[in-house]
Amino acid sequence: MSAIPDPVAAAVAATVARHRQDPHYILQMLREIQEACDWIAPEAIDRLQQALGLPRTKVEGVAGFYSFLYTKPRGRYRVLFSDNITDRMLGNMELLRRMCEQLWIERGKTSEDGLVSVDTTSCTGMCDQGPALLVNNYAITRVDAPRVDAICELIRAQVELAAWPREYFRVDDQVRRKDVLLGAALAPGEALAAGCARGAEALLAELKLSKLRGRGGAGFSTGLKWEACRNAAGSEHYVVCNADEGEPGTFKDRVLLSAHADLVFEGMSLCALALGARRGMLYLRGEYRYMLDQLNAVLERRRQAGLLGIGILGREGFDFDIEIHLGAGAYICGEESALIESLEGKRGTPRNRPPFPVTHGYLDQPTVVNNVETFAASCLVALRGGAWYAGIGTSASAGTKILSVSGDCARPGLYEYPYGVSVSEVLAACGAVDVQAVQVSGPSGVCLAAGEFGRRIAFEDIPTAGAFMVFDQRRDMFAVARNFVHFFAHESCGFCTPCRVGTSLLRNLMDKLNNGHGSPYDFAEIEKLNRILQAMSHCGLGHSACNPVLDTIAKFRPAYERRLQQKEFEPAFDLDWALEPARQMTGRDDAGAHIGSVEKS
Amino acid sequence: MDTVVKKKLKVATTSLAGCFGCHMSFLDIDERLFDLLELIAFDRTPLTDIKELGECDIGIIEGGLCNAENVHVLREFRRQCKLLIAIGACAINGGLPAQRNQLSLALILEEVYHTSVGLANGLIPNDPELPLPLAKVRPLHEVVRIDYFIPGCPPSADAIWKALNDILAGHAPALGHGLIHYD
Amino acid sequence: MSASFTIDGKAVPFAEGQTIIQAALAAGVYIPHLCHHPEFKPHGSCKLCTVRISGRQSASCTTLAQAGMAVESDTPALNDERRTLTQMLFVEGNHFCPSCEKSGNCKLQATAYDLGMMTAHFDHFFPSRPVDASHPDVLLDFNRCILCSLCVRASRDVDGKNAFALSGRGIKTHLIVNAKSGRLADTDVTLQDKAVRVCPVGVFLRKDRGFNVPIGRRVFDLKPVSAYVDATAALAKE
Ligand SMILES: Cc1cc2nc3c(=O)[nH]c(=O)nc-3n(C[C@H](O)[C@H](O)[C@H](O)COP(=O)(O)O)c2cc1C
Ligand code: SF4
Ligand code: SF4
Ligand code: SF4
Ligand code: FES
Repeated sequence: MSAIPDPVAAAVAATVARHRQDPHYILQMLREIQEACDWIAPEAIDRLQQALGLPRTKVEGVAGFYSFLYTKPRGRYRVLFSDNITDRMLGNMELLRRMCEQLWIERGKTSEDGLVSVDTTSCTGMCDQGPALLVNNYAITRVDAPRVDAICELIRAQVELAAWPREYFRVDDQVRRKDVLLGAALAPGEALAAGCARGAEALLAELKLSKLRGRGGAGFSTGLKWEACRNAAGSEHYVVCNADEGEPGTFKDRVLLSAHADLVFEGMSLCALALGARRGMLYLRGEYRYMLDQLNAVLERRRQAGLLGIGILGREGFDFDIEIHLGAGAYICGEESALIESLEGKRGTPRNRPPFPVTHGYLDQPTVVNNVETFAASCLVALRGGAWYAGIGTSASAGTKILSVSGDCARPGLYEYPYGVSVSEVLAACGAVDVQAVQVSGPSGVCLAAGEFGRRIAFEDIPTAGAFMVFDQRRDMFAVARNFVHFFAHESCGFCTPCRVGTSLLRNLMDKLNNGHGSPYDFAEIEKLNRILQAMSHCGLGHSACNPVLDTIAKFRPAYERRLQQKEFEPAFDLDWALEPARQMTGRDDAGAHIGSVEKS
Repeated sequence: MDTVVKKKLKVATTSLAGCFGCHMSFLDIDERLFDLLELIAFDRTPLTDIKELGECDIGIIEGGLCNAENVHVLREFRRQCKLLIAIGACAINGGLPAQRNQLSLALILEEVYHTSVGLANGLIPNDPELPLPLAKVRPLHEVVRIDYFIPGCPPSADAIWKALNDILAGHAPALGHGLIHYD
Repeated sequence: MSASFTIDGKAVPFAEGQTIIQAALAAGVYIPHLCHHPEFKPHGSCKLCTVRISGRQSASCTTLAQAGMAVESDTPALNDERRTLTQMLFVEGNHFCPSCEKSGNCKLQATAYDLGMMTAHFDHFFPSRPVDASHPDVLLDFNRCILCSLCVRASRDVDGKNAFALSGRGIKTHLIVNAKSGRLADTDVTLQDKAVRVCPVGVFLRKDRGFNVPIGRRVFDLKPVSAYVDATAALAKE
């Protein structure tokens, strides 16, 4: 028996103290333990469980849910290559192979000396400067072969991450087009002062007048949401900012938080003013770990400036503060009720709705959950008024939308446009030529073919959470859909049968087609799974998991038909390969030790 | 009444990785077999001496796929038969033989031939006459298209009788309570 | 007169706050279900109970009954989709009914019978899952777990033990027990626990009662699951 290593005890004690022994912070504690100890050892779970007085099942249940928490050793250096389709198009798989070869390890396995592991992860939100990877959850951008080689050297030499070249960790904002939001150079406190001057009631009235709708995807009226929450009875009201930004191809919240954090926090404060809330939480995706310290610094600066804390802007009774919770690799936590579960320190399983968060949210109290961009935009409304804001965009879609443009184009990055901008306008601006398709709003969004580029970004035409991935004529749209299906299978929370099993079945079928075993029979199967996912799933993830397949089948059918190489049904696996273990064990290689793919009659 | 003598449907059966239990249950339909023989004629089956499979209307297969030989026979049946029926748990989900799927084949062969004392003088048989085992035992429908399924381990004679009648009448078998069983 | 709604045209009375399935089962109208249990709060994970209301599908165990709503349940289309769900559950785990002590008393099996499931249809996952025989009185065969959380809920809400939980995510979701060793023997679970008795399938098996009631005379041998007004109660008597 080895003695319990001291660092574990110290790490647990420190994190438990930091979070005042509050079991709602268990996810934050696990994450901090992992940061300190490189993994969450059984001894760490023992100590955490005892310190918090929780059953072990609770701790293990949470630890097992999040991709970035490891209950088995994964190495001192944990490399995760971002595996969005845009990373693929930039050659991430080749780079991953290169790294594995140089480090003499197999993808997904920890090296024998416990030094390093290399694997893939869902899109890390660096699509405009990929291929990207995470080392111990810190983002590295613009990975190429020399950078891979250098990283391998650093790992072999066991150089501390803090001593790696800062250049590797450089994340650019790449704002290509500013409009009212990205161009607003507001002084901290300006919008909040305007909101305070209006007062809560008038602020809500302006917000409704502005026709501001949620920017996170669902597009619910922000004014109505805040009002409903304000009117809901509860002992506390909460403000939650959804910065989970997990939809592959989306990275505008990252830029808003890095360049306009004040605007976001100020929007949350305005919401607090409207609700009479005293606590706000920003749920930051684990992939954006590198921003945590700088965001906390902004919060601290705002406290010093009297923009957070007790008696904000000198107003008696306006007490509000914000804390940042970090996610740990779970796309589903972007769904608002799963996000709240995660904030409460639970597995990120979407709740049954109704009731909705506005009446029963965090700790079952009335809670507003809004996207980063929504909060930022609310500042403009507070400052300039609802009528002004409603005058921008189209009649059904007020204001502007920030698009995260990536893929095959000369100038990837952020483009802010008034709603109503056409897809072709954006394509022209970003320098995309020979475009075959655009995936708007990520895998759960819509895939547009060339004939549809006249359509407009707007709630009434093409609603979007912001992703805008461009594919030129060289790209194989089947590969695109397959990448997205893998994403959903990996990110399904596993709560409900249709999505838990259905996304895996769908992934297997797409792989079957990819491996040349597809027949029209499998095509029918895919369509059947699509129906079940859409009709029976518990939440939006399952509902939209089939979107990329449905869209690409409808619009790029030849990409599928090329795959239906078999007329007759074939097994999903290679029959001859299924004899390989037996061949190895027996040393046979005669004709009878093989099965042909097609039998001679 | 229809006086035209209908051409009898040709039926073949076989047992792959099964125990012949389904065949025994089939024979349990007893005197109803005579009614059945009004409608069908057997081609290759363990019940007849016909060794070569000819073109058939219906193939009935018991047992799953354990080895290369099973795969060859199944493919032959798929080629020759218009309709294929998987009968019994093993054909439908791998059944008892598929319990080995939890272990790797290498481990199993090691255990059987190397570790435990026994028959093969510590050698894994490598006679080309012997069919090689598949890495995993597979149900039939994972390798060829199967038209109908009659579950049970084995299905009762009544279940088989009902299912065959349904199929001969041209529709999917519907067994209903008491007849449908997975055990 | 109390408020009512209809299921497949049949009037079903309900009390304020009742879910569709609660009202339905109280009125003797069967809606397939696996994760719903009358003694526990609505959960909504298996989706077998999905019904159609004004063209939209939703789980009847988590949807509140409302006066005048027209619910479709026993339709060929819905039953097709439900059958597909049972098939998913069968291929996801390892269900070898002939050697399962729960056969005949198993809700998954009975529901699949009732829906006319002749084959699991999809390619089997053949997952590698353990069996835990460490406990003196209870055997745990994880091969058959359908992740309905009933044991989790029972242990937490009734037994006050938190002996079980789900861990992992997605297709890797799995049941864990409250012991560092991962062994049931090292928990405080006893035969008297509600958690040991709520499993709709054959994960929890009592070691003292192998094949007490012979196959052929078990709950769902006597009647199909849809013919029971309260199958849960019938099973509890077993
Ligand atoms: C699977 C799934 C993932 C989601 N991810 C995000 C996300 O990353 N960021 C976000 O703001 N909203 C996300 N949403 C939408 C949220 O549930 C919610 O509608 C939104 O945060 C509300 O804010 P808004 O009104 O400002 O858009 C997601 C929804 C689903 C179903
Ligand atoms: S649809 Fe998928 S992500 Fe949503 S609850 Fe079901 S399993 Fe979880
Ligand atoms: S749990 Fe039910 S379905 Fe699974 S093997 Fe046992 S009896 Fe069959
Ligand atoms: S063991 Fe049984 S009761 Fe517990 S989750 Fe699995 S199927 Fe449900
Ligand atoms: S019974 Fe309703 S979802 Fe399981």
